Amino acid sequence: MAAAAVAGARLRGCAKQLRRHMPAHLAPWRVSPCVFRSSKSELKPNVASDGLVYAPLQTFTEEEAMLKDMVTKFAQERVAPFVQKMDENAKMEESIVQGLFEQGLMSIELGEEYGGTGASFFSIILAVEELAKVDPAVALVCELQNTLTNKLFTTYGTEEQKRTYLPRVSKDTLGSFCLSEAGSGSDAFSLKTRAEKKGDYYIINGSKMWISLAEDAGVFFVMANTNPSSGYRGITCFVVDRNTEGLHVGKKEDKLGIRACSTCPVTFDNVKVPESNILGQVGQGYKYAIGMLNTGRIGIAAQMLGLAQGCFDRTIPYTKERVQFGKSVFDFQVATLTTSKCIEWMGGVGFTKNYPIEKYYRDCKIGTIYEGTSNIQLSTIAKFLAQEY
Amino acid sequence: MAALRVLVGVKRVIDFAVKVRVAPGGAAVQTQGVKHSLNPFCEIALEEAVRLREAGAATEVVVATLGTKASQETLRTALAMGADRAVLAELAEGAAAGPREVAVALAALARRLQPQLVLLGKQAIDDDCNQTGQILAAILDWPQGTFASRVSLEPGAVQVQREVDGGLETLRLRLPAVLTADLRLNEPRYATLPNIMKAKKKPLEVVPAADLGVPAGPPRLRLLQLQEPPPRAGGEKVESVESLLGKLRHAGRI
Repeated sequence: MAAAAVAGARLRGCAKQLRRHMPAHLAPWRVSPCVFRSSKSELKPNVASDGLVYAPLQTFTEEEAMLKDMVTKFAQERVAPFVQKMDENAKMEESIVQGLFEQGLMSIELGEEYGGTGASFFSIILAVEELAKVDPAVALVCELQNTLTNKLFTTYGTEEQKRTYLPRVSKDTLGSFCLSEAGSGSDAFSLKTRAEKKGDYYIINGSKMWISLAEDAGVFFVMANTNPSSGYRGITCFVVDRNTEGLHVGKKEDKLGIRACSTCPVTFDNVKVPESNILGQVGQGYKYAIGMLNTGRIGIAAQMLGLAQGCFDRTIPYTKERVQFGKSVFDFQVATLTTSKCIEWMGGVGFTKNYPIEKYYRDCKIGTIYEGTSNIQLSTIAKFLAQEY
Repeated sequence: MAALRVLVGVKRVIDFAVKVRVAPGGAAVQTQGVKHSLNPFCEIALEEAVRLREAGAATEVVVATLGTKASQETLRTALAMGADRAVLAELAEGAAAGPREVAVALAALARRLQPQLVLLGKQAIDDDCNQTGQILAAILDWPQGTFASRVSLEPGAVQVQREVDGGLETLRLRLPAVLTADLRLNEPRYATLPNIMKAKKKPLEVVPAADLGVPAGPPRLRLLQLQEPPPRAGGEKVESVESLLGKLRHAGRI
């Protein structure tokens, strides 16, 4: 629909303006605390926190509500002031990564014996979403560590490997997952990096591309093929420490977005890895990769949702204040169409918040929406939004 | 070392970032479905108490509040920030309390728990009363150090630096004493995730407010009316200083 396209473009335009031109009445976005909140509540916590299954996804336990509050505060006070700088310089701020570790946000699901908190997967999703509202790049660091690095160790690691690496990744070490290569992205299983067996160790040769967090990671999961003749069934996952001889992290990519989170090529030049550093079993690497990425996808969904919410939170106050032709942009039909687009995004992913808009959204989504009624529906929704912000 | 217990009083208030609305009727604020959190000044008081314990100057931090069942979540947050145990002086749903009622409850708890120090926030951000600490000290007949911006414990006494209109004033108070925290006393920590999980296991005792001597019935302070501020009138640009002065005089401002 043309109107939706205009709405989408308008929102993108607003978002871009927010980041680049810094209109005066929105200068506070650079400075904490960010007070872009609606008057409606975040969800009320469900006080019975004894681990029973809660049917609606929106009901939080007390701990989850506290975690959400803590991450929101952390994001607004310790991340927000650096977002612009990190994006411009394409460099993650040291204090933020440290802060994530200190707050226990990098070891959410890990057991206490490894330095973790023993919280749920849902808690990871909550944390990632809240972080993404302020900076999706920071959210990504948290997401990758929790859903990829930690999960790989806990699911496939031997006791020895867990004892060696989990305390490190809870405390201060970033993990990095090396699967993609110049010649194999979605077709991951045609990867060319080789691992040759030599007694009780392997020699890895090859080069990986588009590796996230490579610049600062301390440990790498390297997917290499130990037996190319068996095709993807030779792919094996190796755990390689950063300071292993022959491992080179190349210059990071200059990206369009998520710039603060590094993406680099990583080359392996006769890298010697002991057999005991194989994660799981030889030849099972492809299975592990698929399994992990399935979990990771949910984390990314949370990141995107947080991103959309954060953008929305910043756009509405702007549209209310900016006045053209004596009326606030918000009052214009175009703004109401914009909010309808935002509602679509919010409704599109599973974790919807308890805005009253949601009810109206569900009502107007059913059936076709044409001129007359849509205007009324959308102005009602818009009026509600105007009140909230 | 000798046991030194700190009692911290906290309040559950509407979160500072929320846009507050007057409820229909004009005698209250909309609280239904609105986000609440721990009063920022209470947070600072709690942080100070936890720091005293971590430094070895205190042995136990007990956090308490007078409120309905919903205040339990506030107490859990306080436990997650480092308090050792919590007490809820429970009010019936819909009941209200003002500074006097809170002071009565805290005084009863103080007589039970025998703390050497009671720490409160200087005021709550919903009513801005700035009375509870003072009333409490009077009921207990303890010395008080309000608007504290620095606290240090000594054997049998506490040295308090207060922010007053003329600057800073330092007092030495004999223990037990009541202190209220001001903004610059410290910067409260974030509850780390491990502490959030541990908070669940810390003891939280619920005591009916009446058991602590809190009188039934409406609070001493009655809120008569609430009004939103008038919408901002437009400003005016002037060309010269003379014009500005003229306009100010004309409006009776100077």
